[in-house]
Amino acid sequence: MASTLTRAVFTKPNLNQVAVPLGNVLVRKQQTAPPPTKEKYGPLADEDRIFTNLYGRHDWRLKGAVKRGDWYKTKEIIDKGADFIINEVKNSGLRGRGGAGFPSGMKWSFMNKPSDGRPKYLVVNADEGEPGTCKDREIMRHDPHKLVEGCLIAGRAMGARAAYIYIRGEFYNEASNMQVAIAEAYQAGLIGKNACGSGYDFDVFMHRGAGAYICGEETALIESLEGKQGKPRLKPPFPADVGLFGCPTTVTNVETVAVSPTILRRGGKWFAGLGRPRNSGTKLFNISGHVNTPCTVEEEMSIPLRELIERHAGGVRGGWDNLLAIIPGGSSTPLIPKEVCDNAIMDFDGLLACQTSLGTAAIIVMDKSTDIVKAISRLIMFYKHESCGQCTPCREGINWMYKITERFVTGNAQPAEIDMLWELSKQIEGHTICALGDGAAWPVQGLIRHFRPELEARMKKFHESNPQRRAAAN
Amino acid sequence: MLRVPLSKALPNAVKAVCSPKRGSTTLAKAPEKIEVFIDDKSVMVEPGTTVLQAAAMVGVEIPRFCYHERLAVAGNCRMCLVEVEKSPKPVAACAMPVMKGWRIKTNSDMTKKAREGVMEFLLVNHPLDCPICDQGGECDLQDQSMAFGSDRSRFTDIQFSGKRAVEDKDVGPLIKTVMTRCIHCTRCIRFASEVAGIDDLGTTGRGSDMQIGTYVEKFFLSELSGNVIDLCPVGALTSKPYAFTARPWETRKTESVDVLDAVGSNIIVSTRTGEVMRILPRLNEEVNEEWLSDKARFSYDGLKRQRLITPMLKGPEGELLPVEWEDALSFASKAIRDAGSEIGVIAGGQADAEALIALKDLINKLGSELVCTERAFPDDGAGTDLRSSYLLNSKITGIEEADVVLLIGTNPRFEAPLVNSRIRKAWVHNELEVGLIGPCVNLTYSFDHLGEDPNVIEEVLSGKHPFAKKLLNAKKPLIILGSQQLERNDGVAILSKVQQMAKHLSSKIGSEWKVLNILQQVASQVAALDLGYKAGVESLKECPPKVLFLLGADECAITRDDLPQSTTVIYLGSHGDNGASMADIVLPAAAYTEKQATYVNTEGRAQQTLVAVTPPGMAREDWKIIRAISEVVGKKLPYDTLNEIRGRLEQVSPNLTRYGEAEEANFYDQAVELSKEACNKLDCEPLEVKYKDLEDYYMTDPISRASTTMAKCVQAVRKQKESKYYDSGTA
Repeated sequence: MASTLTRAVFTKPNLNQVAVPLGNVLVRKQQTAPPPTKEKYGPLADEDRIFTNLYGRHDWRLKGAVKRGDWYKTKEIIDKGADFIINEVKNSGLRGRGGAGFPSGMKWSFMNKPSDGRPKYLVVNADEGEPGTCKDREIMRHDPHKLVEGCLIAGRAMGARAAYIYIRGEFYNEASNMQVAIAEAYQAGLIGKNACGSGYDFDVFMHRGAGAYICGEETALIESLEGKQGKPRLKPPFPADVGLFGCPTTVTNVETVAVSPTILRRGGKWFAGLGRPRNSGTKLFNISGHVNTPCTVEEEMSIPLRELIERHAGGVRGGWDNLLAIIPGGSSTPLIPKEVCDNAIMDFDGLLACQTSLGTAAIIVMDKSTDIVKAISRLIMFYKHESCGQCTPCREGINWMYKITERFVTGNAQPAEIDMLWELSKQIEGHTICALGDGAAWPVQGLIRHFRPELEARMKKFHESNPQRRAAAN
Repeated sequence: MLRVPLSKALPNAVKAVCSPKRGSTTLAKAPEKIEVFIDDKSVMVEPGTTVLQAAAMVGVEIPRFCYHERLAVAGNCRMCLVEVEKSPKPVAACAMPVMKGWRIKTNSDMTKKAREGVMEFLLVNHPLDCPICDQGGECDLQDQSMAFGSDRSRFTDIQFSGKRAVEDKDVGPLIKTVMTRCIHCTRCIRFASEVAGIDDLGTTGRGSDMQIGTYVEKFFLSELSGNVIDLCPVGALTSKPYAFTARPWETRKTESVDVLDAVGSNIIVSTRTGEVMRILPRLNEEVNEEWLSDKARFSYDGLKRQRLITPMLKGPEGELLPVEWEDALSFASKAIRDAGSEIGVIAGGQADAEALIALKDLINKLGSELVCTERAFPDDGAGTDLRSSYLLNSKITGIEEADVVLLIGTNPRFEAPLVNSRIRKAWVHNELEVGLIGPCVNLTYSFDHLGEDPNVIEEVLSGKHPFAKKLLNAKKPLIILGSQQLERNDGVAILSKVQQMAKHLSSKIGSEWKVLNILQQVASQVAALDLGYKAGVESLKECPPKVLFLLGADECAITRDDLPQSTTVIYLGSHGDNGASMADIVLPAAAYTEKQATYVNTEGRAQQTLVAVTPPGMAREDWKIIRAISEVVGKKLPYDTLNEIRGRLEQVSPNLTRYGEAEEANFYDQAVELSKEACNKLDCEPLEVKYKDLEDYYMTDPISRASTTMAKCVQAVRKQKESKYYDSGTA
């Protein structure tokens, strides 16, 4: 697989050679991680890239996709059956790429209960709305066949009758490319009746959203797909029991689905050999903000954060020492300041150790020119705007947090309110129906955790310059 | 058409699909109970029980706002969060099914903190205008903030940006909205779409801009709309007629029974200073659950208007002049004495059993048998001799079990809203199929319309009609016949066909299941027929008596034109309505809130009203007036106290004093046999129902006709029809 990626200059020899077979990914539940199998992670070798047309330099249509190896022996994979696919995905250690990082093999296996007569569905969550995240759109506009093929394979693994791709409404070009790819696949007999000649019937539908962030939450997405207001459902019942149109459903991220054909072609072992144990594989990283060359790049998991930024994004504007903080996984993850960034490892466990999360691996870099309080306040405004309003802590709490952080920007507040804000964020976190409340609470927690002195300094300054209006109305 | 939200409907469907399989292998073994611990108290529950239900079993009440037993679980207020051991996050007790061995801590620090946090959030944008809020004193938010909230506010932003304010919605003449107080529990929305069957309420906007409303400006009009007032946990939806009139702690509450339809809904009459302030539903699972129809709830202002407060005699100019009781009684007695045995009675729709028996005894003593009810019933065949011919035999709760219901010539939605809500409940939860013979009305659920022609009944009976198959295949079929059809010329034929059909179906099932049901429209009818009143006024029209006694009869069954000039009409009743206007002597009586009286609902269930207020002016309890007349006439009735007259009731019909119980009827087969002898010819005239539309529903009897609130409702319905958003298909 020829790649034109020029960024991968320092390609190391074949990484497969040092890969050691990993056990079942269920080891995630173990308390102690297995020992790392190699010393250094990244950069990713060209031959290990999954998304070989990430930058759209080649033909994205069926012909080009086939040339790059898509739809190669798909029939054989399907013929090997659901157990084989699930097993291989389990062996690969693939974890969901949508943010929560749930082991994909296990998630898919939930669908393999004996049928009660209802059809099953695969729903692909292409409602990529998290600020900073822009990985799925690259797949859909430049490599849509990877997703279509992934749908078929993942669908086969769970015995799904059809896949629904719920695509963010704003992604017009992406939706149009996706639709062309789906049409091409139908015409070539790759999906539809007797998909790929395997005897398996599988349909792929695309549905465009209307621009609500909350519709990226899996149950809200299902509601929206059913034509209702996008409001998350209570769980249980989980979608694997009662999902789309009341039928067993699995909702997966675009990237998770799109990498699965390559994993099955190259084997779970190969994928598991990349990255640290329990964090295996390659990952699309989005690097945005104050870097010299913002980009989306596929890299090996567990690559150090600094190396990732310096190798692919041309380094932080004004040099690494000009870094103030980064948000490592999309806007809902807590920020980490430079001292933490120095040694941060970009994978699920590495970032968990830094009290943040890999999320969607959308790195937002902020240099020292950033008004960090304003930045976080703006993010909270986003969450306030996107809260569905269904449950109390999120509806009332985020609005309140936004009011407070807005005052923190100018410093028009009392230092005691910092603790209050912390408590409020804790009152929201974990008390809501879906994770949007958590996602709004974390940035605030990150801000307070790492920038309390900055907040206090602003308040002091405000009260010194406005002695007469001690926290008066603005 | 989807009956319930899919997510809620399908678990049941899945169960239905799976259960036969399970049944065949384990012979329908009851699911094994699992043990959970609520605050270390062990309790055995069925699998699928929620944490909240399990806690209720050991008497631990978990605070809640959005959760309601009779509505779908929303889980959005988060007030019911409780700690479960080993779970990192608190769980929503209302929605979370318990798992084996769970240790639930309803009083731990985590639980308390979660509640306090939610309460703080709820109060952040709540106006805290309790002193001017009508919910004050019965407000869930008020009570729970005292019990579970923090003791002080830390909403510092009150000095900066203040609280949210939301525009109030005009949803009609019954419900007052103060939307700023809303905590978005969505109970009203769920009630409207699940119970009332009107999808008019919903949410618009997101996040802190979310609002409950009708989206476009329109009224929330339903015959059950008032229930959202009870459901609203805060003061966002309150009663408009009751606004600013009383506080709950200063009212006296009297348990009573509604008499404005034949359902006999249980009510609580709140009174203060001798005035009815409002009427609320009282829980009775067998009758009205905890709902109440709008007419029963809001027409209480009709108890204060158009009242007869003094006896009156017709003057020389034909106008009624107020007189003392003495004069009225002596005039009445003189007329009665002069008439001898040529005296007749028409009992109206709200007459109580005590008055009915007293009047019947008096008339009988005078040597007349002309005691009639306003509503007719076929005389041929078994007539009213067999109770099964005029009762809702399967009982209201029976509807919930039914799988096929055939409605004939009735619009239960407006004749008996709470019977209709039961049918809807079965339709939603029990996959009920409904067929309707009669005018195609909107029943809030889907049904097969079989036509308006009475001959369809014959077709269904003979099995020719496709719906007959559904009935025959049903395990628990029901036929509900509107009592109005029995007033037709071919009423006996209709009843006979329906009885035959019911017999045919029950012989197929072979169990105790009752198929035949008659839905009465007025509260007095069953008691009157039980006591031996003759249904219908035909006999009075044929030979008009010299004295006609109207016991609250206001439906103009007989008009002045039907009677010779010499006939003296005595009206005994509470309201100056049609009856009083044609009377020569008017005797003011008590309304249902002013007397302890017995009513029997359409199921045959005897219930009693209690005295909430005293009758206004010189008005007296009905039976006492009759007792007084009897003495003046010289045919003294042998009872002086309520107990004695109830003893007499028991003598005539023992079921009338077994309060709360619905007496079973029987002799179905005999009724069928007897009715076969009667004329069996159906007319071609299509079946007709009296109340087709919501505007027909509100003003149907002297009390609701006197009510300004009900008049406003009629006005609102008419206004809505002019609205550009009006959709005749859904209203």
